Amino acid sequence: MAFWIASSPHNHSQAETSSLMRLVIYAVLPGIFAQWYFFGWGNIIHISLAVTTALLCEFIVLSLRKKNNIRKQLFDGSAILTAILLGICLPAIAPWWISIIAAVFAIVVVKQLYGGLGHNPFNPAMAAYVMLLISFPIQMTSWQPPLALMTVDLSFANTLSVIFTDFTKEGYSVEQLRTSIDGFTMATPLDTLKTDTGLGLTVFESIEKSIFGEHFALGWEWMNFAFLTGGIVLIAKKAIAWQTPLSFLLSLFICSFIAYSISPDSSASTMFHWLTGGCMFGAFFILTDPVTGATSTKGRLVIGALAGLLVYLIRTFGGYPDGIAFAVLLCNMAAPLIDQYTRPRTYGHQIKSIQEEVK
Amino acid sequence: MIIETIIERINQGKFWHFHGGIYPSEQKSITSSKPIKQLSLPKQLVLPLQQHIGRQGDLLVEVGDKVLKGQALTQSSNPMAVPVHAPTSGIISAIKKSVIAHPSGLSELCLFIDVDGEDTWKKREICQDFSKLSHQQIIKKIADAGIAGMGGAGFPTHIKVNTKPGINFLIINAVECEPYITADDLLMCEQSEAIVDGIKILDQLLSPSFILIGIEDNKPQAIKALQQATQHHEKIKVCVLPTKYPTGGEKQLIQVLTGKEVNTGTLPINSGIVVQNVATCFAISDAVINDIPLIRRVVTLTGSALAKPQNFWALLGTQVSYLLEQAGFVSEVNKTNSTPNSPQPSPPVPSPPVIMGGPLMGFSILNEQVPIVKTSNCILAPSKIEMPSAFDNNSNEVECIRCGQCADVCPSQLLPQELQWSAKAKDHQQLMQLNLFDCIDCGACAYVCPSQIPLVQYYRVAKAEIRQQQQLDIKSEKAKVRFEARKLRLEQEKIARQEKHKKAAAARKATMNKKSADGSTANSAVAAALARVKAKKAAEKIINSNEPLASSNKVTDEISPVKVAIARAKAKKLGKQENIESSLNSNKPLASSSEKQAQKHSAINEQTINDKKARIAAAVAKAKAKKFQEKKSSTEQNELSIETQSEKTSEKAQNITTEAEDKKARIAAAVAKAKSKAKLKAIEKAQQVSTTNSEEST
Repeated sequence: MAFWIASSPHNHSQAETSSLMRLVIYAVLPGIFAQWYFFGWGNIIHISLAVTTALLCEFIVLSLRKKNNIRKQLFDGSAILTAILLGICLPAIAPWWISIIAAVFAIVVVKQLYGGLGHNPFNPAMAAYVMLLISFPIQMTSWQPPLALMTVDLSFANTLSVIFTDFTKEGYSVEQLRTSIDGFTMATPLDTLKTDTGLGLTVFESIEKSIFGEHFALGWEWMNFAFLTGGIVLIAKKAIAWQTPLSFLLSLFICSFIAYSISPDSSASTMFHWLTGGCMFGAFFILTDPVTGATSTKGRLVIGALAGLLVYLIRTFGGYPDGIAFAVLLCNMAAPLIDQYTRPRTYGHQIKSIQEEVK
Repeated sequence: MIIETIIERINQGKFWHFHGGIYPSEQKSITSSKPIKQLSLPKQLVLPLQQHIGRQGDLLVEVGDKVLKGQALTQSSNPMAVPVHAPTSGIISAIKKSVIAHPSGLSELCLFIDVDGEDTWKKREICQDFSKLSHQQIIKKIADAGIAGMGGAGFPTHIKVNTKPGINFLIINAVECEPYITADDLLMCEQSEAIVDGIKILDQLLSPSFILIGIEDNKPQAIKALQQATQHHEKIKVCVLPTKYPTGGEKQLIQVLTGKEVNTGTLPINSGIVVQNVATCFAISDAVINDIPLIRRVVTLTGSALAKPQNFWALLGTQVSYLLEQAGFVSEVNKTNSTPNSPQPSPPVPSPPVIMGGPLMGFSILNEQVPIVKTSNCILAPSKIEMPSAFDNNSNEVECIRCGQCADVCPSQLLPQELQWSAKAKDHQQLMQLNLFDCIDCGACAYVCPSQIPLVQYYRVAKAEIRQQQQLDIKSEKAKVRFEARKLRLEQEKIARQEKHKKAAAARKATMNKKSADGSTANSAVAAALARVKAKKAAEKIINSNEPLASSNKVTDEISPVKVAIARAKAKKLGKQENIESSLNSNKPLASSSEKQAQKHSAINEQTINDKKARIAAAVAKAKAKKFQEKKSSTEQNELSIETQSEKTSEKAQNITTEAEDKKARIAAAVAKAKSKAKLKAIEKAQQVSTTNSEEST
């Protein structure tokens, strides 16, 4: 009787890539829920659009590449996860074609064109976001204010209508939706703060505005909290490494602390930075993407610190209100170089000093 | 870290850690509760000649020899050769290639013993007190007993323990970190005294400062047994370590117990540490005290596919089929094929794997004829539910997502994912930079990989490729050196040859120049020969220039038909004139005689025609003369061409005459005249002869 010859190890922990992706998707759900609660259906519609487009594109490209186990690769969760992350980033009342273009670009160009899963140097969701930001600035900056502050009632049907036809059923345009009771077009908290400090107002004065809510940023803070919770769950389950988010938040803290000590009037607090924009989202779900981040422990610390610094710089001195996407892309570019210089010391190497000591 | 601090920590039970490691489910309870079972003798034993790292020994027996239990079957002429012994008495039935216990499934030379069932021992000498033996005696006993490392590597023990003094630590590896295996565990429970004896022998040999027994905390009974056996020995310390795979790896064990790392590329002995497995210690005590060579070992038979999994005392050379039978192996193949009267033939079911070794470092064996060797500690027969990845004929490998879990668990602190990228790209330089050869093949990285990439397989292939390339590089270096040497030698030879030729040419020139100055004396043979030929040619030319007829006939000695033909023509001329004063210079007596005859007959016709006989004779002579003339006519045509040729040559000869030749020509003319006169006389004589002949003929 002949046996099948296999190579050791014959035992396996039975972990799978698809289960890892699924875990991340579950962890992002609290954030989506918070977003829905405070901002309505917009993002969920975008997520669905993006997921559908992404799966379709992935299927087409994999068929073109003549891959043999398409079904397995299609549903390993990576395309779905990319689409979900993309859907969360987009403004809630952006047109429908925005999310479709983004999904196509992310899957076809950023992921598959570079070699498919595991081979892409840039984070697909962030690269697509940046592409949109640069190509369609008006649509990408038409942020919807929190539902609490809106004058028009934005139901599910209305949201669908705005996304697909640029107008609500009653005939309100996107710009009108964004106008507050006072007649100002509301931007995100970060945007408001930036413009106000540019105009000469102090931070304290600016924070009086309704968009900031009672704490730091109405709606946005709860969303960030939800993402933080999801992220902590992921770290506990060892799905992501803790070094990157920790070093990112720490670096952001240090930068804002230094700025605050120097001039408290024109710098926002750390909590503000941590809880507005895409900070927690970026820290736990974007920067920790294993394919595009650093691999060694020290490398991860360096990436996190670098990202934190870049985000602070772009937010304070840059042209865009939220610099997470750009910071992430710059870190992706730097990751291979950082990897090369932060390799761990192998067992048995460079220990001459210890041996001589003992002898 | 000095030794004192190490000992302090050991006493306190605070050990070091090594990076990484995994915690697979231990599965030891399957076999750890049952004692080691003695087996009845199998019918046949297959002993590979090489069961260790090194070279195989020289055969001492032949086919048909009767062997006793414990008899040495090979001897070692080389330190790296370890002898094998007959595990029981029997007859050698064959010595041939058979499949061995190796992942490749290839065949090597094996001894086949047909067991006679009597189990007769060879003569043994029990050693009462080993403390009286010298170092050399102990090492000789160990070497003759054929002991190799039984923990899995199979390094010859007598080399490992034959070392200079100055050992700091003797570490006994009782860890057995791999899941499923309980062979060492039960050995310690049952034979702790013998093991400690073995440790004492090693102590005597090596005189280490400290002896540490490393054991995992999942073996409570064994720990107790060892602690009891060593309680009177101050030097020996039993160190209980937390269970983690692969604590049992030599480098990791050293790091955990002493905090030291073994420098890459060196052996632990260079740091003053010797590591031995407990089973090896048991074998050493058996060998030195009881004169029993290494002929059996404890093997764990385990896995859900077995009905009666437990540990056995297996004789070396027992085939796996026998052991599987004893343990009640139920093959999934057998189950499906056992249905009789099946309407259709069942499709070929892939055979279940049987693994020799543990699940993480063992290899699946080719077929059940594979024998147990000195390093086989376990046979694992899993069921599909238990180990689904072992049954997967297709690979589930997906792309690497760079999650980094592999680097988290690597005990050598390597970067498995970087190694994997480079191995796939066959980038040997990068692999060496990433320290590929520091990988101990433990399998922890592949165990955790979510993409199910067979990392260890990639590394094994890469290591083999790099080793092969290094061999080729060495060969090509040598070939290069040889080529350069050859080129140099050829050049030198060429230069030498040219020198020689130059010298010879110069000498020749010198001699040639000398000859022309003297004129007549020639020193070199070549110059003399050239002179002779020239002289000859000159002589010929003189003769040719003074006697045109003669020259035309005498141009070269080789043109005899020319001469013959010319002579005939002349004879004809002269014959018609009735005057036989022709200068027949023909050298052919036949031609001249026939010519003479013809002339004579014609003379006879003209001068004497009296009687009938004479007339008949005349007619015959006429006929003959006709025939001769016909011959001549045919040759006349040739004559003409030859005459022209001879004229040309004679012209040539005349062109090259010199004064001396004229004189010679005159001399030659005189000679020729004399010759012609003599010939006339001869013709007259011949005439008379011919008349008598013609009379006789008629």
